[in-house]
Amino acid sequence: MINKCIYKTRDIKKGIKSGSTILVGGFGECGVPLELIDALIESDITDLAIASNNAGVADRGVAKLLKAGKVKKIIGSYPRSIDSYVVEELYKKNLIKLEIVPQGTFVERIRAAGAGLGGFYTPVGVGTMLAEGKEAKIIDGKEYILEKPLKGDVALIKAYKADRWGNLIYKKTARNFNPIMATAADLVIAEVDEIVELGELNPEEIVTPGVFIDRVYQCKKNYDDLLHNIYVSRHRNN
Amino acid sequence: MSEYKPLNKKQIAWRAAQDITDGSIINLGIGMPTLISNYVNPDIEVIYHTENGMLGMGPAPSKGCEDFYLQNASKELVTIVKGGSFFDSALSFSIMRGGHLDMVFLGSFQVSEEGDIANWSTGDNMLVPSVGGAMDLVVGCNDVRILMNHCTKDNKPRILKRCSYPLTAKRGARRIYTDLAVIDVTSNGLLVREIVECLDFEKLQNLTEANLILDKNWKILKAPNI
Repeated sequence: MINKCIYKTRDIKKGIKSGSTILVGGFGECGVPLELIDALIESDITDLAIASNNAGVADRGVAKLLKAGKVKKIIGSYPRSIDSYVVEELYKKNLIKLEIVPQGTFVERIRAAGAGLGGFYTPVGVGTMLAEGKEAKIIDGKEYILEKPLKGDVALIKAYKADRWGNLIYKKTARNFNPIMATAADLVIAEVDEIVELGELNPEEIVTPGVFIDRVYQCKKNYDDLLHNIYVSRHRNN
Repeated sequence: MSEYKPLNKKQIAWRAAQDITDGSIINLGIGMPTLISNYVNPDIEVIYHTENGMLGMGPAPSKGCEDFYLQNASKELVTIVKGGSFFDSALSFSIMRGGHLDMVFLGSFQVSEEGDIANWSTGDNMLVPSVGGAMDLVVGCNDVRILMNHCTKDNKPRILKRCSYPLTAKRGARRIYTDLAVIDVTSNGLLVREIVECLDFEKLQNLTEANLILDKNWKILKAPNI
């Protein structure tokens, strides 16, 4: 029988080594696997390279991991944000390496890794400082640069519902990078709001087939309410 | 002769909104461009794309209808209209890079006379570098329009022969809306289509580093009091 569900927090960190490259899903604070990140913080795993579009807000999500001193490098498109003081302080003190990648190139590099491709030529970044040192090529009269795949040792993703095979569906704009990251790491762990019986998810609507997923962990903490309240009160104040 | 009056941000957004045609698929960048949707003709149908993975983005939610899971690229709460859809980031950037957006409206620090755009970095090394989707947005769409003030706060030109800040993309912009003028980037150079009342072309040129050409059919740039 195939059962990818794990129930104990300590089963999250199994097999994750110090020095790993970890893909972490989410756009801003939407679709970030906060409880999986907590499990890393509580472990002795360290010296991580984190590939994530953003670098957390306040001391939440990836920022919490940074604050715990677990991260040596961030690969992403937009680490700066409202209240991103953790990454800002580390950057000013030269305590973190940053690799800045245009957002579409970032996700496509991960997609390429998951799809078994050696990279791709993109027009994005041509003529800018982000093209420096990259192979340039003219294809049908247009200039492109070569971008290489970005693979994770581990991917930590967030989804809405899962079944025991690891089939996943997502919620609204919390989908973002998660389905792509699910394809591109040796070990893929999905944090989900709800685990349902096999057959309950409509096959026409499954976004990530279980083949990509190694473990499924159902959230226990109530981070959603906390975030909802923060975002609603900010919205009403504006 | 009376003094000229620059447009305010809402008026610049209003002017940009007048160029949007029925059925357009549009991405509005952060800052001034987000105001545009307030002034689009209500009789036309426009679909808004947001890079974090939605087509059919609607206005800000009313009290009690807020949903943390419905956000735009600026991490603000939004809504989704009937017919809207969600998708992952790879598809979202295929929409952008693949040329599936009809119009993109962006803010910028600087634009060059060839339409080069510099809108992601001022070259300040103390700031954490962050490019986001700026480069991807500019590359795929062949109708990128810039909204910005004509000059910086200390009255230095932003429309330059060459951008001094790090580039977002070369030859990206097609039209520039400022608080003083509407300018098209053409193969012959920067063509001034509209200028605010009481500002003559010579004075506009003095506020612009790049060379300007006055269109022979130029008009007064007008906007309602908003």
